[in-house]
Amino acid sequence: MRAWFLAAPLALVLAAFLLVPLAMLVAVSFYDYDSFRLIPDFVTTNYVEVFGSMVTWRTYGKTFFFAGITWAITLLVGFWVAYYLAFVVEGTGKRTVLFLLCTIPFWTSNLIRMIAWVPFLGRNGLANRALQGAGITDQPLEFLLFSEFAVVLAFVHLYTLFMVVPIFNTMMRVDRRLIEAAVDAGAGFWRVLWFVILPLCKPGIAIGSIFVIVLVMGDFVTVRLMSGGQSASVGLMISNQISLLQYPAAAANAVVLLIVVLMMVAAILRIVDIRKEL
Amino acid sequence: MPGRLGRGLLTALFVAFVLFLYGPTLTIVVLSFQGPDGGLTFPMNGVSLHWFRRLFERQAVGDFGASITRSLALAAMVTLATVVISLAAGMAFRRRFVGSAALFYLTITSLILPSILVGLGIGLAFNQAEIDTHWWGSALGAQLTWTLPFGLLIMLAVFNRFDGAWEEAARDLGATSWQSFAHVVLPIVAPSVIGIALFGFTLSFDEFARTMLTAGTDNTLPLEILGMTTTVTTPVLYALGTASTLVSFLAIGLALALLWRARRQRA
Repeated sequence: MRAWFLAAPLALVLAAFLLVPLAMLVAVSFYDYDSFRLIPDFVTTNYVEVFGSMVTWRTYGKTFFFAGITWAITLLVGFWVAYYLAFVVEGTGKRTVLFLLCTIPFWTSNLIRMIAWVPFLGRNGLANRALQGAGITDQPLEFLLFSEFAVVLAFVHLYTLFMVVPIFNTMMRVDRRLIEAAVDAGAGFWRVLWFVILPLCKPGIAIGSIFVIVLVMGDFVTVRLMSGGQSASVGLMISNQISLLQYPAAAANAVVLLIVVLMMVAAILRIVDIRKEL
Repeated sequence: MPGRLGRGLLTALFVAFVLFLYGPTLTIVVLSFQGPDGGLTFPMNGVSLHWFRRLFERQAVGDFGASITRSLALAAMVTLATVVISLAAGMAFRRRFVGSAALFYLTITSLILPSILVGLGIGLAFNQAEIDTHWWGSALGAQLTWTLPFGLLIMLAVFNRFDGAWEEAARDLGATSWQSFAHVVLPIVAPSVIGIALFGFTLSFDEFARTMLTAGTDNTLPLEILGMTTTVTTPVLYALGTASTLVSFLAIGLALALLWRARRQRA
């Protein structure tokens, strides 16, 4: 009884602002609509349009591409940054300070951090000036800002933290005696990494991967801002339909995205058991 | 363990990563002090506070004053609600109860659902129920679906390591359950409560993905910034970025100072 009383506020907020809205989303995805209003109904035309349109498939392809490449880069960078913090840095105080240094940007605005790339990547930006100054190119590179390159760069910039933190957490829990034992048994650096550290860090890698993949799959602002409207993503497609007031179409797209994302998360959880981490 | 070369490479990688994290933001902080004739990139055309003054001219760039006031008020409400609700739920989750697993998974789902789905769903639900969306109503709820999972996960981590013997001692000495919470549990978990408040405030202050479709007619600061990105081509955008980042840093600084004090008092 007391536990229910204490948990009730959380349950009520989530029921009102998560469960009911999700149910509404599913319901509206079967609604009919004209230019002015939603017509409560049970039609499957919205889904037929989603799956029948080549644009959907191409947009999903593009979104998977962004998710895959961002995942690979954030994992590579995040793993080694976490490794540095956990195994190379000595002293708890220094480690805490450096870890905080990595996490502080998480508490600042993502929007501002995207905008901050403009003076770097623009036509007259620092990157182009440096490249031209060094004589590598004689004309400013146009692809730096407002391109897929810029989108991936921004994703990596925003989301590598989400890899570093969970991987660092699991690394700090690795029993150092295991590593000593492996070294005493003659294992070199890479063998220790592959057979001892990596298996023990799998839960952290899985949690980080879920964060990065879900954030990229649902993104609708980074792609718009950084590609200058020249690239697409599923989230952007949904947000465009919303601005055209095509709510049932947007809802159908959203339900499909929901299922795709849940399947990706389920796939990760099948490969790695993260329950110990929770 | 890596050899000397490996350590050198990893140190270089870490330094590069930190520069990559902070470099762009530092650049726009510097550029926001451009002279009145300065542009969006270097070189600096003089140094001035011109663009910060422009922020407060209402017609120049939307409505900075009103939107930051709204964002601060909303962040304060979200912080308070996140702390109280997470703390209560954290206490509840110390023992299993009927539905605890379901509630836990629901909270995790709230964290990992793409924000646009949550925003769209809440917008549709309010629309169908014919309730107007407001930043202090529907957007408040939308932001809680984002901050509460962080709050609950922090509380769960804390209570996992919590020694129940302290409370038993309090009870043996005749404390009521409220007294043992207020005088024993709360002081011990205080640092984590500060952490939850930091998450609640900064995540709310910068949130736009779940707020966008739920805030109604009045913009919060991030929504104002989002609108400006396509229309404003002067350093006033950077001044806004600098101001917003400054608020975040004040919040982080305050939280760290409180944590440091709490730690010293305990020592």
